[in-house]
Amino acid sequence: MTTTTGTSLVTMRGVGKRYGNILALQDVDLDVQAGRVTCVLGDNGAGKSTLIKIIAGRHQHSEGVLEIHGEERTLGSPREALDLGIAAVYQDLAVVPLMPVWRNFFLGSELTKGRGPARILDVKKMQRIAKQELLDMGIDLRDVNQPIHQLSGGERQCVAIARAVYFGARVLILDEPTAALGVKQSGVVLRYVLRARDRGLGVVFITHNPHHAYPVGDRFLLLKRGRPLGYHEKKDVTLDELTSQMAGGAELEELAHELEQTDADSALIADVRAAEV
Amino acid sequence: MATATTPAPAASPTADERLVRRSAVARLLARPEMGAVVGAVAVFAFFAAVAPVFTQLSSVATVLYGASTIGIMAVGVSLLMIGGEFDLSTGVAVVFSALTAAQFSWFLGTNVWVGVGVALVVSLGLGFLNGYLLVVTKLPSFIVTLATFLMITGINLGVTRLVAGGVSSPSIASMDGFESARSVFAAKISFLGVRWEVTVLIWLALVVIATHLLVRTRVGNWIFAAGGDDLAASAVGVPVKRTKIGLFVGVGLCAWLLGMHNLFAFGTVQSGEGVGNEFLYIIAAVIGGCLLTGGYGSAVGGALGALIFGMVNKGIVYAQWNPDWFKFFLGLMLLLATIVNLVVKKRAEQR
Ligand SMILES: Nc1ncnc2c1ncn2[C@@H]1O[C@H](COP(=O)(O)OP(=O)(O)OP(=O)(O)O)[C@@H](O)[C@H]1O
Ligand SMILES: [Mg+2]
Repeated sequence: MTTTTGTSLVTMRGVGKRYGNILALQDVDLDVQAGRVTCVLGDNGAGKSTLIKIIAGRHQHSEGVLEIHGEERTLGSPREALDLGIAAVYQDLAVVPLMPVWRNFFLGSELTKGRGPARILDVKKMQRIAKQELLDMGIDLRDVNQPIHQLSGGERQCVAIARAVYFGARVLILDEPTAALGVKQSGVVLRYVLRARDRGLGVVFITHNPHHAYPVGDRFLLLKRGRPLGYHEKKDVTLDELTSQMAGGAELEELAHELEQTDADSALIADVRAAEV
Repeated sequence: MATATTPAPAASPTADERLVRRSAVARLLARPEMGAVVGAVAVFAFFAAVAPVFTQLSSVATVLYGASTIGIMAVGVSLLMIGGEFDLSTGVAVVFSALTAAQFSWFLGTNVWVGVGVALVVSLGLGFLNGYLLVVTKLPSFIVTLATFLMITGINLGVTRLVAGGVSSPSIASMDGFESARSVFAAKISFLGVRWEVTVLIWLALVVIATHLLVRTRVGNWIFAAGGDDLAASAVGVPVKRTKIGLFVGVGLCAWLLGMHNLFAFGTVQSGEGVGNEFLYIIAAVIGGCLLTGGYGSAVGGALGALIFGMVNKGIVYAQWNPDWFKFFLGLMLLLATIVNLVVKKRAEQR
């Protein structure tokens, strides 16, 4: 990668978004840097998805400034964002279920050979690359010809991430990639996030689980009801502080419930830490 | 490229021990058009048994001609259905194209080739309009094309009455260019001692082109993706809107080809014809294994659906039954084929 770690790729200042009379997002400052993982945390409806849809070109912000590679921008479409090296992976709409893995991998950026009317898909090459890229990222698929709906949720998510990385994304946005996954599958995805980071990508990682965010994140943006609640460097905050800030003072009951589950999660954290070194 | 397929081709580059090798039969059964192949063979065997004349070469030519007049449209309609959309205006669009060519050249006294050219532009334009309305309004294609179906039906009747003063287009058989156009769009080719209609060739050529497009080109990838999940497709940069508009334009091209054949085979067209044929095209695609919800199917499947249609249609005549029963058989075929498709698809997806 040409970008050095720490270069600002996407910067937001005072960004807000209205849907009609609904204020979904207000006053958000954010700095996505190359080789760093920025986590966005918040409860349901906090505005996390709205925030990343603005960066990914699916919605336009109605207030504030969005800078990409140092230039002020409003993104009109996902294609525009992709052309600027911003790729988003969504839990729900990452892939076309009935199409084979390799076709999904290259969808929208297919490799071809020949010219003019004789231009055809280079099927062999795409199959080989898809298989190899996935293998490099630690996903050993049975068969890249199988329809992607036959893969597990975690594998599907990883294919979508591998695709974004392969096509030279400089900013990778992940919307709750671990929300529907088991502990082990989450570990696979989180490890993958770190690999993307090590390749020099700026990663924006959305989650409502601080136990997933803390081990991989470098910075944490907390959202609540569309407003920023805090923006921390990792060195300035502990997992407990993050968790309690998210839960809020009054919701101790919920917090206790969350902490009960840390048994499984601390195993996960150890798992991810091991992959880090 | 011998077969059409959904994107599920070729042997995997590297084998894997978790992959239980599926037998060649199982893999064949997994193809979308498999149900239609079984159906076509069964229908052929049935009529061959009850009416031996059915297997004569001249009968085959007749059956294929009948199949081609559905099949040409079924190619465009199948691709459109794989791309996730319907077109209810196709039946009247064929007549619309023929009427345009006939009345334009008759009214202005031009060479009929001018009318043919105008009809091409108008037919592609109608396809574009359908597609454009669809992506702009975001209404279901069922509604959009139902509206254009009604409007085109009205235009066909109304304009013909204005121009020709009746319900059939003026005869252009004696006009300049008619014979040469006839020798293109309604040619008969002698081969193996039998006269074959050129539409059979056009049909086969369209199937080959469509299959190539679907399986081996970027546009084919986009068609499957647009029908399979349009949001996912556009999120990775697939031009979904352009793809869908293009599919409707493709249907327009098919309507023009068939419209020109009808015009030059008979010299005149009835303005009220075509209504109801749109369902035959859709039925052919569905029998051929195209998923109603999009994202799955093949051009060969649509062709097989049309072939079944042609065989039942003519087979009833050869068997000397009352043709009143044709619709009943068509309905039965549709029911059986879709059930077979469903079962085949379910079994194929299980590993
Ligand atoms: N298209 C829309 N039109 C109107 N309101 C919307 C729209 N999208 C989101 N909202 C509203 O904006 C707020 C933030 O939604 P958003 O999807 O960003 O939340 P989120 O943090 O991603 O939540 P979750 O964790 O449930 O995914 C919600 O109150 C939601 O109802
Ligand atoms: Mg969300």
